[in-house]
Amino acid sequence: MRTAMVDRPLDPCALLDEVAQHRNGATVLFVGTVREMNDGEAVSGLDYSSYAGMAESELATIAREAADRWATNDIVVEHRTGSLELGEASVVIAVAHPHRGEAYEASRYIIEELKKRLPVWKREHYADGRSEWVTNAEMGNGKSEMGAPRP
Amino acid sequence: MTVRVLLFASYADALGASEVALEMPAGALVRDVLARVQTLAAGKRIPDRPLVAVNQRYAREDQPVTASDEVAIIPPVAGG
Repeated sequence: MRTAMVDRPLDPCALLDEVAQHRNGATVLFVGTVREMNDGEAVSGLDYSSYAGMAESELATIAREAADRWATNDIVVEHRTGSLELGEASVVIAVAHPHRGEAYEASRYIIEELKKRLPVWKREHYADGRSEWVTNAEMGNGKSEMGAPRP
Repeated sequence: MTVRVLLFASYADALGASEVALEMPAGALVRDVLARVQTLAAGKRIPDRPLVAVNQRYAREDQPVTASDEVAIIPPVAGG
């Protein structure tokens, strides 16, 4: 298992290689990319900033939860920071497992949890020159309850 | 005691700082720190019950805070 916050372009194929083991019969690769439209706005690019230190530890915690729950250590997750252009990968999750069901479930768990818990913020830049901080729908517009997000 | 509070993204913009130092009584809880933040100029631009981390772990509002703790107010996250 390996997780990292990364300030350079991500290479999904490298993560596939990293989880490849003969014991596995299924590998799921998830790649999140910068989309040209968000909430009706034409996006031109975005900046990710993070709480350095906590982002690394929270990402590792989430991957460890998945590794324990689905019993595989063949998990690699990288999340990008800095300035990204349209189409660039913001997150890559590679999960390998002896069976496909578990590989899909573990991959889904990791992306859903990091969208709720990873202390990373996104400033979107729009084609008309404006920019704004945006929030994941999972966070309920910042009106979340006090305390740790519930796993 | 002086408690160091880190701010990020929209909350740092709202307060015009990425860090504030707050004078708090000994034995203060996370909720007391949040109440003090509300009294700062522009403090009302931060929700009164945001997510908080103490020493880089999500914390509950009844968690005690000491001068050596790193307290961070976490805006709604946007990873993925």
